[in-house]
Amino acid sequence: MISYSVTAVVLVTLATVAIGIYGLRFARTTSDFLVASRMVSPTWNAAAISGEYLSAASFLGVAGLVLKHGVDLLWYPVGFAAGYLALLLFVAAPLRRSGAFTLPDFCEVRLRSKRLRKLATAFVMFIGWLYLVPQLQGAGLTLQTVTGAPYALGALLVGVVVTLNVALGGMRSITFVQAFQYWLKLTALAVPLVFLLLQWQHDGRPDLTAPDGPRFTAATTVQIDHETVLRVAESTEVVARGTVDGAAQAGALLLTPGEHTAAEGTVLDFPDAAAVPRVSAVSADSPAEWLLPGGTSQELFATYSLILATFLGTMGLPHVLVRFYTNPDGAAARRTTLVVLGLVGVFYLTPTLYGVLGRVYTPQLLMTGNTDAVVLLLPSAVVGGGVTGRLLSALVAAGAFAAFLSASSGLLTSVAGVLSTDVLGHGSVRDFRRSALVAGVVPLLLALLVSSLDVSQVVGLAFAVAASSFCPLLVLGIWWRGLTAIGAAAGIVVGGGAAASAVLMTVLGGPLSGWAGVLTTQPAAWSVPLAFLVMILVSLLTRHRLPSGVGAIMLRLHAPDALRM
Amino acid sequence: MEPPTPRVRVVLGDVSRARIRPARARAELEEQSPVGAALARGLVRAQLSVAVRLAAVVAVGLGGLPLLFAAAPAVAHARLFGVSLPWLLLGVVAYPFLYLIGAVYVHLAERNEQEFVALVEDRGQHPPT
Repeated sequence: MISYSVTAVVLVTLATVAIGIYGLRFARTTSDFLVASRMVSPTWNAAAISGEYLSAASFLGVAGLVLKHGVDLLWYPVGFAAGYLALLLFVAAPLRRSGAFTLPDFCEVRLRSKRLRKLATAFVMFIGWLYLVPQLQGAGLTLQTVTGAPYALGALLVGVVVTLNVALGGMRSITFVQAFQYWLKLTALAVPLVFLLLQWQHDGRPDLTAPDGPRFTAATTVQIDHETVLRVAESTEVVARGTVDGAAQAGALLLTPGEHTAAEGTVLDFPDAAAVPRVSAVSADSPAEWLLPGGTSQELFATYSLILATFLGTMGLPHVLVRFYTNPDGAAARRTTLVVLGLVGVFYLTPTLYGVLGRVYTPQLLMTGNTDAVVLLLPSAVVGGGVTGRLLSALVAAGAFAAFLSASSGLLTSVAGVLSTDVLGHGSVRDFRRSALVAGVVPLLLALLVSSLDVSQVVGLAFAVAASSFCPLLVLGIWWRGLTAIGAAAGIVVGGGAAASAVLMTVLGGPLSGWAGVLTTQPAAWSVPLAFLVMILVSLLTRHRLPSGVGAIMLRLHAPDALRM
Repeated sequence: MEPPTPRVRVVLGDVSRARIRPARARAELEEQSPVGAALARGLVRAQLSVAVRLAAVVAVGLGGLPLLFAAAPAVAHARLFGVSLPWLLLGVVAYPFLYLIGAVYVHLAERNEQEFVALVEDRGQHPPT
């Protein structure tokens, strides 16, 4: 398994670099460098947008969350896809016609304010970095899972490759890379899935939604990495090495129903068909809660928060918007977005099945908490360690690496773009290269410092911040003449600031419990309406500061391309 | 293919009744005269109303699901083709639904734009100058 997967990871990385160098031959001027001179065809562009968008969170995180928490978390992939619908309905064509290349550009085009531009730059960097960290984390986790290499190595590898590639190649090369990565990612999940489903069929279709929770489908060894409280539902005869309930063990042990504490480093051998003990630190959900949608008011609030964050956050992600500039006109931007919606939707059919099958074939992840690895471990767990299983594992590992490389390339390009035009220089090729180095080093350091957060959760927080800052800016800026620069700034500071503080509290301080926990881990349901409200109210109060020529700008945003306004 | 039905201008009706001469309509737009501004506002309003209506369809059709599952547990417990209904809806059906709404939007938005262009350039009679 190891050698195949390592080869696959190395091949993907080399291919990415090679395509990057190929693209470099075309990168002559700053304009080529940043937006591929707008000569990218819509199909390539749609595949590239999808390739850039499907990150570690989609490739690894969604399946892990579904495995752990069940049906309520399906809103993550649905929301990740629906975000493109919101983008299509409210933003795509007018944004392209505005000629804005980045969010700060949009602020300047629409509201003529340099100060607002700086504020937007700060938020682009915050969101970009927040989103980059889990990509690098995912890379560390993947390399650790498939080869046993230290966590830091994978993070460093992806961080360095991507930084150099972006610094040298710019966006032209990135477009080729991204389109290639979309198809690689889809193949890497879809092909193994066919084998997984065939094997599941062959095994007599074991119940995916067993009412009494998952059971081991083979004798399984579980290594406990942190002290863990196991809730055992039925008497289970295990072989234990280590410390259970404070007593040293080195042989057969009967786990009676109730709670048992396994110390760090303990190894437990479970027999075939034993019920998997529940570990509340991993998932407090009972089997019924996993299967059925949550109905308590806290669960409903969290679900709606997630829906708002993902549906509205996509349009505010810096690397998503940059791509729209590569469409020739507004109508093309609209059509490209529709194709993206289709491509992304097809992709998201797969991770759910991985999460569900993982419940049957890799339930030990529910005890160790390493649920993000389910996509990587499932092929060998189901198909076995033969050549087929190894090849499938290698394919999945390659797809995972494609996910980290492409998402981080796109993010890094956009963060470096705003850094080079607004902070470190004036947008020359040299400024861009310098900025790419800075933009890459910061998240790399962060990823090396924090390693314990769920990949999807951090990405979800980035969506919440984007939904509470840039979504109201774009929607109101495009559709409402009355927006003023001061109103926009106030909305971004209050809404985005509130969401960002909630994020920082969660990431740095750990989640709170009860309602306070729900409000801070899923802030969008209150921070998004707050941002809209503040933006509208302050704009109304500062009506005398409306930028001149709003009518002309609105006409430029909305006039059909055929009129060439 | 059925023959194309004659176009009915609904949203921009007020403006079209004003009978602006085509060559002037463009200038009116560019100069932001009262007529031009009204034309532009009409277009923005038409596009926004398409977007808001389709967003409302999604908000009810998809956004209503968590409330529905909470209010009517029987729906959440239901099974279709042996699969739990909430899993089927969120895991599979949601994606074609989103794409369908997107496709309808692109169609309607482009139709609004064609009508606007026809209004401004008076297609087919005078070549644009």
